[in-house]
Formats: sequence, structure tokens, C-alpha cells
Amino acid sequence: MNPTMTKKLLLTLLAWGIALIVFFPIFWMVLTGFKTEGEAVATPPSLFFEPTLAGYNEVMARADYLKFALNSIVISFGSTLLALIVAIPSAYSMAFLPTKRTQGTLLWMLSTKMLPPVGVLMPVYLLFRDMGLLDSQLGLTIVYMLMNLPIVVWMLYTFFKDIPKDILEAGRMDGAGTLQEVLYLLLPLTLPGIASTGLLSVILSWNEAFWSLNLTTSDAAPLTAFIASFSSPEGLFWAKLSAASTLAIAPILIFGWMTQKQMVRGLTFGAVK
Amino acid sequence: MIRPHFPTRFLQWGTPMRERTSGRTVGGFRNLFLQGPAVTLLLLWMLVPLGMTLWFSFQRYNLINPMISGFAGWDNYTYLLTDPALWTAMGNTLLLVGWVLAISVIGGTLLAVLFQQEFFGRGIARLLVIAPFFVMPTVGALVWKNMLMHPVNGVFAWLSNLLGLPVIDWFSSMPLTSIIIIVSWQWMPFALLILLTAIQSLDDDQVEAARMDGAGPLAIFWFITLPHLKRAISVVIMIEMIFLLTIFAEIFVTTSGGPGLASTNLAYFIYIRALLDFDVGGASAGGVIAIILANIVAIFLIRTVAKNLET
Amino acid sequence: MATLQLNNIVKDFGGTQVIKGVDLEVKDREFVVFVGPSGCGKSTLMRMIAGLESTTSGDISIDGQRINDVGPADRGLAMVFQSYALYPHMTVEDNMGFSLRLAKVKKAERREKVLAAARILQLEPLLDRKPRALSGGQRQRVAIGRAIVRNPSIFLFDEPLSNLDAALRVQMRIELARLHEELDATMIYVTHDQIEAMTMADKIVVLQDGLVEQIGSPMELYHHPCNRFVAGFIGSPKMNFLDVEVREASSEGIDVALPGGDCRVPVDGSGISAGDTLTLGIRPEHLKLDDEGPLTGKIVVIERLGGVTSLYLEHGDSEWILVADGDVAHRVHDQVRFSFDPTCGHLFKGDGEALNHLHRHPLVDIDRKQNRVSSASDGQ
Repeated sequence: MNPTMTKKLLLTLLAWGIALIVFFPIFWMVLTGFKTEGEAVATPPSLFFEPTLAGYNEVMARADYLKFALNSIVISFGSTLLALIVAIPSAYSMAFLPTKRTQGTLLWMLSTKMLPPVGVLMPVYLLFRDMGLLDSQLGLTIVYMLMNLPIVVWMLYTFFKDIPKDILEAGRMDGAGTLQEVLYLLLPLTLPGIASTGLLSVILSWNEAFWSLNLTTSDAAPLTAFIASFSSPEGLFWAKLSAASTLAIAPILIFGWMTQKQMVRGLTFGAVK
Repeated sequence: MIRPHFPTRFLQWGTPMRERTSGRTVGGFRNLFLQGPAVTLLLLWMLVPLGMTLWFSFQRYNLINPMISGFAGWDNYTYLLTDPALWTAMGNTLLLVGWVLAISVIGGTLLAVLFQQEFFGRGIARLLVIAPFFVMPTVGALVWKNMLMHPVNGVFAWLSNLLGLPVIDWFSSMPLTSIIIIVSWQWMPFALLILLTAIQSLDDDQVEAARMDGAGPLAIFWFITLPHLKRAISVVIMIEMIFLLTIFAEIFVTTSGGPGLASTNLAYFIYIRALLDFDVGGASAGGVIAIILANIVAIFLIRTVAKNLET
Repeated sequence: MATLQLNNIVKDFGGTQVIKGVDLEVKDREFVVFVGPSGCGKSTLMRMIAGLESTTSGDISIDGQRINDVGPADRGLAMVFQSYALYPHMTVEDNMGFSLRLAKVKKAERREKVLAAARILQLEPLLDRKPRALSGGQRQRVAIGRAIVRNPSIFLFDEPLSNLDAALRVQMRIELARLHEELDATMIYVTHDQIEAMTMADKIVVLQDGLVEQIGSPMELYHHPCNRFVAGFIGSPKMNFLDVEVREASSEGIDVALPGGDCRVPVDGSGISAGDTLTLGIRPEHLKLDDEGPLTGKIVVIERLGGVTSLYLEHGDSEWILVADGDVAHRVHDQVRFSFDPTCGHLFKGDGEALNHLHRHPLVDIDRKQNRVSSASDGQ
């Protein structure tokens, strides 16, 4: 065997070894989801077993699981949609009509991300209590929208700035007004960027656990809270926990895999391409 | 004679571009209209709670005991600052952030170099290795707690037995370390994802030129790859810092800050004060401290971002 | 029918004037080229005409109508961008028909007009492709086609050939000249390449630092540059310059001192007196190797192009470029003597202004259109 081939094989072994170790917890969780509760806690851990959907059936059968899932969907997609609606005009004006203040505004927006949620937990909690937004879908939607708005504006700004100015000018020479420019040129050209921005916002909202644990109790609690509720009755429902967890992370994992390239660019403000 | 600076003016920040357009309504009004909603919302989101936190921090305010009220002066702060628990929590916060940053950045850099090489099934291996970043923190923490680190039924316990080593009860004997491991597992893939993308933009010509100059793989890594990644690494550190300073869910579902205060960070400490002790004043004072801490980081952070933007 | 007038146009970018008062008259069906070094304001000037930049002061008029405040789409102009600026998500046909679609032209009519333009540019087989599936030259033609479809009164070209390779550039140059003839439209063309300017223009506008240096036909600029900048900018290789002392000056001509003897240049020397220092300019192609010549130099570099050979000479502080016959046998380090026909010499004053030639070159008033007319009548 030639040395390059040997090197490649060794690399394959090493890289796959690491990849499998890093992925193992997820793999083990998915596997446990197909076990019975008994097998799930068995020592030694059983790798080969008769798969069962019992865990899934039980999770799906619990009416509240669907409620939690629905809350997650409504809140994360709702907040993302709101954030996009507010952010698109803002990013448009920053990218295409920049002024002296644009850079300052962008950095200031980012700086609001620096405000640690714990620092403002108390006022937000009390305001929400007084406005009746505690444990409501609307309340969490608003919080997530505000939480993700700076990142959404930043990412959109990065993607918009990538559009050559010439193309929009050509559009104006061809007679496109602002609305047509946005509809016929800007949106089609930046659709991948907008989509991945939206997906990142969905991912962040879906996985968020500070506000959801503190601002909801039952009615509006999303999946993060549902999963967290498994932490107390220790060791009792591992198969069910795994099944529920698998359901909760599967869509997000797929979104994440799909948009990783674009996300990196947006997340790093275009610094990494 | 020729002004080379002229065309680049278009690319710079702060160039008044208003004059660029004619036959269109432009300028401040239009920008105000477009940016207004986002700016107003964020302004409210920042100022109202911030102001209230500051206000509460000088008040006696307990949710279950309305009898306690009135102006507290610096009492909340002195009480908090003399409470050794705050300092433990601060120390834990710094340990947590520092260790996770070190592990994820160094590990992420090395893995990025590894996963940049040609090998069989590279695409799939890459997907597997970045997956933990997308996993819900509560899920990740619970999987580690129950299925891997559990002293009786966990995979680690089984492995220790197999190798004849003593079984470790992770969360009671080394709670903070356990949490650092879990959080690093989540964030190293993030560093890897960013750095891998950055490494791909490294010019092959540069590497080949270095090779022609007699650089070995280590020299190439040290003198070419690492400087190329500098910017990406600073971005990774910044973003991770934002999230790591306020780690909450992982502690909430695993150790609940314990045993004792062994794994309580600032975020969890304030949470205990606020929603378990119902001490709004004390929690708010803690919040102000957290904000100050975050701002020290933010100054460094914003500077770096601004620098990245300019180039 | 479209004429364009610029009347004392000024452009100010936040305190910096980039266009400092430009006057220009473009006649109907004329091919006008703006040329100048980068940063001279030529692109800004075109963008102001297009309406993409506002005008700080002065008037822009098309057919006598002031259009300063008319939007870019309503000026009846079409522009071909340097980067082509094709819409990447639309097919060639949709790219070309976009303006009509925005103007709510019916689909059938739109297609007809796009097809007509595509026929002129031989784009018919490409109509269903997306821009990324086209070569550079094809993209260029689509960009031109998009302009043609709008049936504009004036075409604007912003350095359209600069992204093409050398061979394609020559081909597109010819194609554009042919198109100008076929469409019979007014065209304004921006370039930094003086060869493009010389070969295509009816009228060249040389710009520098936001000001017009000279306006004239290619032959006028070549034979009668009005200052040293234009003399150096037009023509390739660049004109040679040498500081000389005046022996004698009158309105009949000026005698200047050269190392190997005096020489009389036929320019109007009124106001110049003996002892003044002037700059003598001679184009490399007007220098010839001559063993009796008044000038001498050592060969530093020889570039053999086959048909002609460029000799780079050095003499003391002065450097010369001489375009000689292709078969010249000299080698590097040879010492050579050379001379020139004094009627081809130019003299410039200290401030760069040229002294007027006593005789106008017979071809200076010919523009490309007249070239065309005479050749057509020759054919009959």
C-alpha cells in the first residue's frame, strides 16, 4: 500500500473515531428511545435488543406532550416571523442606505445581546405578571423575538450587503420602484440567506431554556420545559425521556445540518465565509 | 492629481450616501421609517428592564412578604457583596466560562484541521461531529446526566467497571467539572463549525508557497493556519462568551447548583434569589452585578467586532 | 433623436468636489467616449447622466429638457454596467424583458421585442439560460441586449469591456461599433483605455480630476493635444517629453536647442521669447533612427513586436521610447542617433498648455461617421 493511502486510512480512522465519540450521546439517546424502560437502565448497557416503539407511543399518548410540542412550534416560528418582519426593512435600510449612524446602530443592537437575561429577569417577570403575559404563548414569543432581533438584523444585513449594488441600480434603470426592487430582485436573490436566518432564529428559540423555564409553568411551556420536567423523577423513565428528546431535537438537527454553511457566515457577521 | 482614495469612499462606513440617489425619497426620514420599529423595540427591551432592575436593586422588595418595602439604599448591595455565596458563584462563573472556552477553542481548532483533511466519508463525519451544537441544552444535559454519567446505570460507570476502575459519581464528587464537560460537548462543535469554514477559505497557494519555503506540517499550522484563523477564533470567543456567561439550563436540570454551591454560577445564583427566595431587591442587585460583569466583556467584544467589520 | 447637454455640472461628495464644472454637448447619434485615468470622475459623470447620482449643481438636459429631477428609469436611457449586473435568478429572456415587465407590457409583445434584440446580438439560442451558464462575452451581449430592448434614446456604457480578455475585447469593440451603426443611437461610453476611445469614438472627452481637459475627435486629440496631459494620455506608447531652451521665437515658429543642433517647430510662438524653457513632445512613432540625427541615446530594452520594434533609450536623465521598423538589428547597450520630423513635434509651456500648431492636420475634423459615409460612397 502506498504511503498516501496509509495516511488517508489512518486519518479516516482517527476522524471517524472522534466523530463517533462526539456523536455517541445523541446516538445512545436515539437508541434508548427504542428500548423498554427495563432495557434502558440495564447493566451492562444493551446494544442489541428488540426495538420497541413503546416509549414513543407513550410520549405521543400523553396529551400534554403534543401541547408542549405545539407551544414550541408556535412560539419559535411566531417569534421568528415577527423578527423577520421587523428586521427586513431595518437591514434593508442599513445595507442600501447607509449613513454615518449605521455602524453605531448595528453595534448598539449587538450590544443588547450582551445584556445577560438574569440581569433583567426580575423586571421582565414582574412586568409579565402584571400584564398577564406569564405562562402565555404571546409573552414568550415576544421575548424570543426581542432576544433574536439583533442577530436576525445582523445576518440579514450581511446577506443584503453581498448583493452587488450594480444589480439594484440596473433594476432602477429598468424602472423598478422600491417595492418592485424588493419583490423581484432583493427577495429572490437573498432567499437562501433569509431562510437560513429564519432557521437559525427558530433553532435558537426552540432550544432556549432560561426564559422558557422562568416565564412559563404549564399552559405555554415549550419542549425545553417538558424535557426539564424529567430531571426530578430520576432514572424512572429513560426510554420515554429519550423518545421525547429525540422528537424534540430531530427537526432542529436537520435544520441545523441544512443551513450550517450560511449560518456560519451570518453568525460571524460575514467575517468567516 | 489622481485621488486613489475616492472610489473606496463608497465602501467605507459613515459615507453619506444620501446624495447617491435622485428621483427617490431618501435620507433620514426613510431610514427612520425603516429602522424605527427594530430600534424602538430594542430600545424598550433594553431600557425598561434595565431601569427597573436598577430601581429594584435599591428597594426592599419581597414577593411573598409585602410588609418589607421602602428604599433600601445600598443595603441590597452590601448584603450581597458580603455574602460569600456571591463570590463562590462569580468564581464558578469564571471557571465555567474559562474552561469551556479553552476546551472548545483549542479542541475546535485541532478538530478543524483534522476534519479539513481528505478522508473517507468526510461529509458524514463532519455532520456527526457538529450535531451536538443543535441539541437542546436541556436534552443534552439530561442525556449526559442519566445515561452517561449516572453512577449506577450510566455508560461511564459500566466502562469503569469493565476496566476495573472505581466508579465516579460525577455530579456529587465533581459537579462543576461535569457541567464543564457537558457544556464543552455542546460548544466545541460550534467552534469546529466556524473554524472549519474559516479554514476552507485558506488560500492553497499560501500553503504551497510555505511548503516551497521548506515549512513542515507543524510550521504550516503555526505560521499559516493559525494566523489565518485568528479572526474566526476571536469571533468564536465572543459569541461563546455571550452564551456561556449565562449558562442556566444545564445547571438547572443536572445539579441545581449543588451540592451546596459547588456548581452555582451567577445566573443560577440570581435565579435562586429571585424565584426561590422571592427577594426581588437582592436579585436585582445581583442582576446589576451581572450586567456590569457582562459589560466589561462587551467592551472588549464590541471592539473586536468593529475591527472585524472595518477590514 | 436625442441630444444631451451638460451645463456646468458639479458633483460634491460630502465636501469633496469630484466633478468640478463640466460642460458638454452631445449631438444626435454621436458616439462619445469619456476617457481618463481612474478617479478622474468619468464614471461619476456617467452615473449623473443616468440619474444614479444626484447632481449638486448645473443642468443636465436631454433634447433641451432639463432632467435633473427625473428618475433614472424615466430619462429614456439604458445603461450597460461594467459588471454587467445581470439578474442572476432570471433567464436571459427575463433579464432582457425585465424593464418591459415592469412597464406592464403584454407578454407577447415583450417576447417579440426581446427576440428582435436577441437576433441583433445572436443571442437566440441562449434565451432560456441563466446568466451563470454564460461565458463572459455572452453575458456582455445580454447586458447590451437588455439595454437595446428598452429602445433608449441614449445608451450608456460604463467600462463594458474591462472584464473581458484581450481577444474578446477587440471583437466586442468591433461589434459595438457595428451596433452603433445599426441602431443609429446616441451612445456615451466610459473607459480608461485610450485605444477603445480612439477606435470607437466620434468625439472623445478627456477628463482629469473632475475637469474636462479636451473634447475633440480622435485625430484632433492625437495631432493637436491642447496640453501635456492629453498629449501623454492619448497615444501608445506614451509621448516623449524633453525640456528644451528656446533659441528664437516668432508667430512663424520656434527654434529650440537640441543636443545635436537646433530645430524649428512650426507652432505659434507669439509671447515666447528666446531663453525660455519649453517642453518638447514627440510621439515614439515619429522618432526615427538616423545616424545624422540631433538626438542620441543608449538602448536599455528592446521589445520586438514583429511588425514594429520599441526601443527604450536612455540619455543622461532623459528617457526615450522610439518605435522603429520591425527588422531593426540593434541590440541592447548599442548607442544610437535619431531624429524626427519637426512638423510632428509639440511644444508645451511650463503650465502644460500646448502652443498652437500653424497647420491643422487634414484629418482632424473627420469622425467615425464620416469615415463610414465616404467608404460607403466609395463602394458605389
